Amino acid sequence: MMDKEYKREIMLDHYNNPNNKMEINDPEYKSVHNASESCIDDITVYMLVKDDIIKDVKFSGVGCTICTASTDIMCDLVTDKSLDEAKDIINEYYNMIDEKPYDEDTLEEANAFDTLYQQANRIKCGTIGIHAIEDLINEYRK
Amino acid sequence: MFNVDEIRKDFPMFASNPGLVYFDSSATSFKPQCVIDKVTEYYSRYNCNIHRGDYDISYKVSKEYDDTRETVRHFINANSYKEIVFTNGASSSLNTVAYGYGMKNLKEGDVVLSTYVEHASSILPWFEVCKKTGSRVEYIPLNDDATFNLEKYEECFKTIENIKIVAVAHVSNVMGYIYPVKEICEIAHKYGAIVTVDGAQSVPHVKVDVKNLDCDFLSFSSHKMCGPAGVGVLYGKYELLQNMDTLLLGGGSNARFDSCGNILLKNAPDKFESGTPCIEGVLGLKKAIEYLESIGMDEIDKYVADLTEYAMNKLSKLDNVELYNPTSRNGIITFNVKNIFSQDVSSYLNSRNIAVRSGNHCAKILLNIIKVSETIRASLYFYNTKKEIDYFVDIIKDTTIEKCVDAIL
Repeated sequence: MMDKEYKREIMLDHYNNPNNKMEINDPEYKSVHNASESCIDDITVYMLVKDDIIKDVKFSGVGCTICTASTDIMCDLVTDKSLDEAKDIINEYYNMIDEKPYDEDTLEEANAFDTLYQQANRIKCGTIGIHAIEDLINEYRK
Repeated sequence: MFNVDEIRKDFPMFASNPGLVYFDSSATSFKPQCVIDKVTEYYSRYNCNIHRGDYDISYKVSKEYDDTRETVRHFINANSYKEIVFTNGASSSLNTVAYGYGMKNLKEGDVVLSTYVEHASSILPWFEVCKKTGSRVEYIPLNDDATFNLEKYEECFKTIENIKIVAVAHVSNVMGYIYPVKEICEIAHKYGAIVTVDGAQSVPHVKVDVKNLDCDFLSFSSHKMCGPAGVGVLYGKYELLQNMDTLLLGGGSNARFDSCGNILLKNAPDKFESGTPCIEGVLGLKKAIEYLESIGMDEIDKYVADLTEYAMNKLSKLDNVELYNPTSRNGIITFNVKNIFSQDVSSYLNSRNIAVRSGNHCAKILLNIIKVSETIRASLYFYNTKKEIDYFVDIIKDTTIEKCVDAIL
């Protein structure tokens, strides 16, 4: 278990300086747009896959701390992974959010969201970018 | 004499949620016990359909339903109960005007004049109707602070041809300013246009007199004015209601029909009310209006204006707050905590038992005016107190991004 200070540091670091936040206009990338039902978070994710390996994932748009940080962290986690491995990571993330048993080691910095399930109104913030990444993985796996 | 402590006793939500500071009444208001009792009374004592049964309780509920039209007529000072149509809510009323009146009367090249502060329900129906009729939406230039400028408005009629409809919010759900609807109507009528007013945020707060305003249509919802959800009102001048189409055909709205497909509709307002309506909602609305009138709309207006001013004064002294509508006095306070995303702040406020809303509040084109897409809206009603404002301002004053993040850790 991470302590509270460390989790806060991870979240604010990925919110203030998201390394994967940039708009991509490269036709080689596939992209998907996801906007939350409460009409605030509005995220587009771009993904480049070669030989079933995720070479690059970036995102752009407007999001709160949880949305921005969770998307940025997941971009880090799935980069250089195979589509199947990436799918497993995302499933572990959903398990954590759903309060089910999950593998902490797989999720690395995403463990910062291990108590998000307690805030029902923020779960969609912490999953909107992840859903977009998942959609792109499914798209490539077709 | 207005006594907020006594008033709060009328609302069971306060007793069931001790400590909750509810600043989201523009989304929906709390309901007083008398309205809740009315709804359950209908279901437990005279639950039957209206205008259909030849028995005592059906007669009783039909009469109460019809009497509500008179209560609403009196409340907004319409000419006749026949000008009061019950709908599902303000959105439904606004759509009825656009599709029932606009669709029938707009022609290619015609213009619907509106504003950037409109709620989605006030403007989206016109986008669609304009597409279908070959007409278009044009926007009234507002002042930089989104207040209304009558000169710029009148200028529109001199520079734009064929303005047939003016669609405006009486009070913007984000900015909270009261727009000068009486003058807006006077000018529109001078140039041969009609005016449809979104009263969702004004009718619960100020005395609205449709004869004085001379508006052609007025739409509002019950649930924002202490009544049940699922019911609203469309007021329309009678000749306009008679000359427009209904969106729904079915039982209750027709006088007769035959196998060849000939339909003879009833007169307004019945022709708009196909199917079994939200009976308990209409009866509850009647009780809600009686409740508001027992307090007095002028008293409510004055109390909320004082409360808003009190909150604005306190918030405007905080260095970390950006206020977007400091001169608004209608209970709506729109702001951001500097450098923190609105939803992070609203969630933090939730952790401190304060209910507000963040986002763009269904007014996505307002971005053109205030240059910021997401804000926090605290909206007050006559059951809120200065003590609640003090608590809220104290929390806002010390809000940091670290605290916002900690709220989820």
